Amino acid sequence: MQVEITVFATLRRYMPDLPVGGSRQIEVQHGATIGEVMHLLELPPEEVKVVMRNHRHAELDETVNEGDRIAFIPAVAGG
Amino acid sequence: MGKKILRINMTELKATYEDVPAEWARWAGRGLTSTIVCDEVDPGCHPLGPNNKLVIAPGWVTGSPAAPSSGRTSFGAKSPLTGGIKESNAGGLSGQKLAKLGLHAVIVEGQPTDKKWYYAVITNDGVTFHEADGLMGKGMYEVDDILGEKYPKTAIIGIGQAGEMKLSNAGISVNDPENKPGRYAGRGGLGAIMGARGLKAIVVDDKGGPGVEIADKECFTNGRKALAAAIGEHALTKKDGGLNAYGTAILVNILNEAGGLPTRNFSSGHFEGAAKISGEAMSEAIEKRGAGKMGHGCHPGCIIQCSNIFPDEEGNELVSAIEYETAWSLGANCGIDDLDYIAHATRECNDIGLDTIEAGNTVAIAMEGGLLEFGDAKGAIKLFDEIRKGTPLGRILGQGVEATAKAFGVHRVPTVKGQSMPAYEPRAVKGIGVTYVTTPMGADHTAGYTIAPEIAGVGGKVDPLSNEGKGDLSLAFQATTAFIDSTGYCLFIAFPILDIAEGFAGMVDTVAGVTGLKITGDDVVPLGKEILKKERLFNEAAGFTAADDRPPEFMRDEFLPPHNVNWTISDDVLDGVYAWVHAD
Repeated sequence: MQVEITVFATLRRYMPDLPVGGSRQIEVQHGATIGEVMHLLELPPEEVKVVMRNHRHAELDETVNEGDRIAFIPAVAGG
Repeated sequence: MGKKILRINMTELKATYEDVPAEWARWAGRGLTSTIVCDEVDPGCHPLGPNNKLVIAPGWVTGSPAAPSSGRTSFGAKSPLTGGIKESNAGGLSGQKLAKLGLHAVIVEGQPTDKKWYYAVITNDGVTFHEADGLMGKGMYEVDDILGEKYPKTAIIGIGQAGEMKLSNAGISVNDPENKPGRYAGRGGLGAIMGARGLKAIVVDDKGGPGVEIADKECFTNGRKALAAAIGEHALTKKDGGLNAYGTAILVNILNEAGGLPTRNFSSGHFEGAAKISGEAMSEAIEKRGAGKMGHGCHPGCIIQCSNIFPDEEGNELVSAIEYETAWSLGANCGIDDLDYIAHATRECNDIGLDTIEAGNTVAIAMEGGLLEFGDAKGAIKLFDEIRKGTPLGRILGQGVEATAKAFGVHRVPTVKGQSMPAYEPRAVKGIGVTYVTTPMGADHTAGYTIAPEIAGVGGKVDPLSNEGKGDLSLAFQATTAFIDSTGYCLFIAFPILDIAEGFAGMVDTVAGVTGLKITGDDVVPLGKEILKKERLFNEAAGFTAADDRPPEFMRDEFLPPHNVNWTISDDVLDGVYAWVHAD
């Protein structure tokens, strides 16, 4: 099944061809977790601070659904 | 020689050095400016009248050798924007130089009887007053150039045309290491308070100053090392980490993803053009143009370096800095996705002396009111010239969001206590909404930055859309922030020390080491609450009631896309946040 993935800020170093604000459709197996998607994308777990699924906080052990948008976010803050 | 209070009386053009009263000696930064305002300013006074005062103070550790990222200067007064107490603090050069001159605080009071304008020069030998004729009507870039040439290697605190006109959105500029304006005590109109004292600028020359004494060198040194290690280790604050590489505008895409980026005057939490005005886009533009830089430090000794210098289309350095708040207020909230417009508009704000948050929100209100269309960058840039020239329209815009909303018949007014909201939609991020609503400062994200756990997963993880526990969360952040605002450290040290306990303890040890105060981490929240209580009581004496601790009406009535949520935190919860002030 297909899910939409995106990464921001310092995590873009691992997907350098993804334009700023861009996303990509990828194929994952049914029953895959967000953590497994992260592994598939070869994102270092220690650099992923927050994950959002469909614009809400999510955990790595949650199972993804067809058409989900998953955003991987590194350490961010500001003011 | 102990520290001194420098009192600058603008009525008599006289400066006096006073011993520090015992009750002021233990405070610094925000704790000190708020204490002095509470002790010396009548809460009922007119902010622009003779009885208000501008208080300036470095933090506890500011100016001490090698305390990392500790160059903040606190400015306090009664605000013309909110009608309540205001503390606004800035980076730049002034804090370290005031501290090195042995000054605990500077109090500017009175008004010239001859209606003339002056600038003051503070040196180790005393204070001299100079007529400011050659500076009047000039923006801060020119003021910094003129004074920087005459007084090299000094800190320059000044106001642009907005401060001269005593507009409620006038900020106070502090020069950065390149002697450019851009480090602003922006919020709350404190530039108008300086203008109302007839003071265009203050030059601070620390040559020959006694420096900062360290009461317990071992305690300070150990604390400094632990804090610096935490900052250097954390993914957000380390070299080439998030803030260093992308600046605070790293948050544009993140808040947009969370549905909490206020767009087109707080009518949506999602902006389709967010990526174009993000920190990542800024970084790419700087690299492509081969000019400017990310990772710029706003004061000597900063090891985070989240500032930036942004170049124009031809590769000339244009402005420092485009912050998250700036990119959002002038961009997303006006429906504008043009980074070059944002850079030019930011430069206008820095020059005229305007708070960029209030200025961007004001343009958005003018757009909602029909003066121009959302997304009209060419029309928007012209509005800044109206303010600079002091046209009738410019004077309305320069008063900020509430005055502009009245002038243009807009009822969707995103303010609390007269001050407009920053770049986090309170309906989509509830905890920061509690901070906006309850802090004595008016809507202010830095007063209690619950974004750390609600969005960034720093200091724990909390669902931003949930109401649960948000009163307590906000109060905890407000109290801790009041303490950090007193240290002189940049608030951004909070991110590593929230995640790394040794860094938190080290931060407190540096304060204990410099001051000799016997404090530990357990004292941070109680001391912060002492400060909040003073500020809260000032506002009550100025006439504030529970009715002032409420969100804008439209946020209860209107549902915000994309989550389609409204404001649902009860008034009882809001009233509970500061109930302890009268219960203790």
